[in-house]
Amino acid sequence: MTGNILLSVEDVVVDLPTPRGNLRAVDRVNLTVGAGQTLGVVGESGCGKTMLSRAILQLLPKKAKLSGRVMFDGQDLLQLSREKLRKLRGRSLAVVFQDPMTSLNPVLTIGTQLIETLQEHLELDDASAKKRSIELLAAVGIPAPEQRLSQYPHQLSGGMRQRVAIAIALSCEPKLLIADEPTTALDVTIQAQILDLLAREQRRRHMAMILITHDLGVVAGRTDEVAVMYAGRVVERAPTPALFKKMRMPYTEALLAALPRIDAAPHTPLPAISGRPPDPTRPLQGCSFSPRCRYAVARCHAEKPALTEAESREHQFACFHPIEIHAGAGA
Amino acid sequence: MATLELTLDEGLQARPLKRGRRLGPLFWAAIGWMVLVFAVAIFADFLPLPSPTDMDMLERRAAFSAAHWLGTDGLGRDELSRLIHGARISLVVGLCAPVIGLVIGGALGMLAGYFGGRFETIVAGSMDVLLAFPPLILVLAVIAFVGQSIFNLTLILGALSIPASMRVARAATLTLSRREFVIAAQALGASHARILLRELLPNVILPLFAFFLLGVAVIIVVEGALSFLGLGVPPPISSWGSMIGEGRESLDVAPRLAFLPAAAMFLTVLSFNLVGDTLRALTDPRQGAL
Amino acid sequence: MMLQALPSALPPASGDPLLEVSDLVVEYPVGAKIVHAVSGVSLQIARGETLGLVGESGCGKSTLGRAVLQLRRPTSGQVLFDGQDLTAMQGDALRLMRRRVQLIFQDPIASLNPRRKIGDIVAEPLVISGVKDPAKREELVYEVLSAVGLDPNLVVGRLPHEFSGGQCQRICIARALILNPEFIVCDEPVSALDVSIRAQILNLLEEMKARFGLTLLFIAHDLAVVKAVSDRVAVMYLGRLCEVGPSEQLFASPAHPYTELLIEAIPVPDPDVRPAETVPVGEPPSPIAPPSGCRFRTRCPRADQRCSDEIPELRAVAPGQFVACHHPLI
Repeated sequence: MTGNILLSVEDVVVDLPTPRGNLRAVDRVNLTVGAGQTLGVVGESGCGKTMLSRAILQLLPKKAKLSGRVMFDGQDLLQLSREKLRKLRGRSLAVVFQDPMTSLNPVLTIGTQLIETLQEHLELDDASAKKRSIELLAAVGIPAPEQRLSQYPHQLSGGMRQRVAIAIALSCEPKLLIADEPTTALDVTIQAQILDLLAREQRRRHMAMILITHDLGVVAGRTDEVAVMYAGRVVERAPTPALFKKMRMPYTEALLAALPRIDAAPHTPLPAISGRPPDPTRPLQGCSFSPRCRYAVARCHAEKPALTEAESREHQFACFHPIEIHAGAGA
Repeated sequence: MATLELTLDEGLQARPLKRGRRLGPLFWAAIGWMVLVFAVAIFADFLPLPSPTDMDMLERRAAFSAAHWLGTDGLGRDELSRLIHGARISLVVGLCAPVIGLVIGGALGMLAGYFGGRFETIVAGSMDVLLAFPPLILVLAVIAFVGQSIFNLTLILGALSIPASMRVARAATLTLSRREFVIAAQALGASHARILLRELLPNVILPLFAFFLLGVAVIIVVEGALSFLGLGVPPPISSWGSMIGEGRESLDVAPRLAFLPAAAMFLTVLSFNLVGDTLRALTDPRQGAL
Repeated sequence: MMLQALPSALPPASGDPLLEVSDLVVEYPVGAKIVHAVSGVSLQIARGETLGLVGESGCGKSTLGRAVLQLRRPTSGQVLFDGQDLTAMQGDALRLMRRRVQLIFQDPIASLNPRRKIGDIVAEPLVISGVKDPAKREELVYEVLSAVGLDPNLVVGRLPHEFSGGQCQRICIARALILNPEFIVCDEPVSALDVSIRAQILNLLEEMKARFGLTLLFIAHDLAVVKAVSDRVAVMYLGRLCEVGPSEQLFASPAHPYTELLIEAIPVPDPDVRPAETVPVGEPPSPIAPPSGCRFRTRCPRADQRCSDEIPELRAVAPGQFVACHHPLI
């Protein structure tokens, strides 16, 4: 799994100055994604996962300060010139965002947006670009693709728009696709179809993918590795089966337990996590999760745990008081 | 209890206390000028100044001196005193006319935005008709009909301010009445009057007020223009506009007679604009967005 | 009961279902076309029961919730609350009735007036129903805020934007509870909240239901959430009910193909469960031009000519379980 590393995020820190003080959105995150692999990044709102994806893409707000290294295909993205970055984005590095209505230009037709991307990166002529666009739309499961080229985003449903956004992202055969909550705004039946589509295209093109979501159910069956983020840090990172079966972070355990299950009886009280995520402008001295953690001891409030390793090099967690779960026992 | 919210204090202390940063020195300078103008306008009679109507034919177009700080005008009247009394006129018309627009236009706009339907169509239509008239012609026609006086002038300018306030109020109300808190009030059984006064008005009044300040600036200029043309306040009352008009004749000899009232008007209008703009930017209820 | 009930329209009857909706239709024009948001829905909710109403976007569940409360007047049909027809009520009678039925919204922050203090917002229902004594109002406000797990002293003087989504939802629940209503429509109350906060709010709702003796109509698109709090569940598709039944039973053995589709689409947080490759069944049609007969037929693997000609009616297929389908799964 760690053989051919395509993306390596090393000690990335993102600071945002706000009127309330400095906001550390991403706090020394380390991640790797191998070619053709899928990394799931799970966390709730405010955990920094969106800022992390922006940091990889180098699309942070102007005021943000970024440090660390982002090695993509052998190049450090932080050192690249603007021109080189532009050529990389859309071509080798693609993005699908959460809300297709705002990520697609509402005043341009679907065809224009697709053809624009193709011509910019692959320098195709009009006829080839059009042909390729139709192929792409068909590949993402849009019926009657020729007609769609002349339609506008508002004429399509949410699921269709997201497919178009995926078609645009895939158009230049990227090596890495970052999908930032691609199905959160969609209905559950459409969600399953979109996720299937992404998985299928990924296999076909041997593409790496980072799937960012707040839904543990989404990552369970569709990722090779999962990183759980809380308050700007990666608190647990493991191959997917290991994360669910042998989780170490109390936060991961609590998150999983707080999900209502379809197989549970109605009116079963849910083990809720009390409190709220911390205010990012006022970081805590100790572990960010300690105020809400039921295993917390004095050391947890005083010191910040670093990311250490569990039994294998691939399973890492940041906790002084990890859960010892034996294989086989339920979460 | 797992449901108790024990960590309330952290979030609450992080209220944005740094509002002062956005109010720069320019803002305070504008406030300072406005306070000055208001003060002298209100206390004009108590100031140790010669009367604005006392003509001293021997001292016509006199330069700055100890007796007359800003000199005298073409008829020997003290310029400073005239400026201060002129401020009164400009402020009275400049404030009262937009207030008429605010109250009537604001009310109509809120009702139109809230009830919609045919009522809204009628109100919006009438406003469009009013706006379609060239304002200057309308003012002239009305003044010619009812006579030239401060009262009439204020009324007609007030009427002309109604459509703009109505538009602002209606737009604000339209966006707000879709929001859930208005539907929540309806679900509670609140009467229309209660919803309009308790839920909508506190939210609509702020953009309206910011707009009002901008309106004051506009009306001062409009009144000034009308008086400059001799169609505004009737003589012997003089406002800054008519002073500029009179100063026109002496431009080659004593240009200050035109420029002083013009400068006063310029600074006052600028101050209202600045304060209005800043208030508009400040009164956005931020929801803690970072 | 901590909060004393305020005098309302009529003393409640007993025995019959608290809410009875008969053939409710809600249609409204959009430009030249008509949106058939709700097309003939009938259901009953017994006292003390939680009925979950589940469906995807565009199915009309939110519209149904608002139509039941007469916040959107139905085009036709009847809504009997405790034996009285809400659709026939107007003006003051309706306003009086509103003390007994309440609504909780999806977006908790937007449901609170950004310019009013929390204390005023929560006291508003009391003011509207004529509680004149400010001390009495304050007492009730403090009581209900504590009941929802907030410290009143820290909360009453502040504005909504100072609170998080979860806290705002607690405030909305407090506002809904202060008049001691009998029936609450919860319109996607946890969809806009973070996962870890959802469980808190769901637990809170269950607790409040037990404490205040409430009857709930719980509307959501997340089946697991609906199942967690509901006694019975109704599945809605494009303006019509597909299936109604007890929660456990409905999810264990669904009778309608759409229910099965929804259940299978739920992502399970278990890495051993490989998600089944979905059959591309296309997009849901629009409520402006719904398909004839059974509206689900364009996405149903079992559809035939009968499904296109004849509208299926709800009929019993198991004790307590009703389905509207010509070819049910059981």
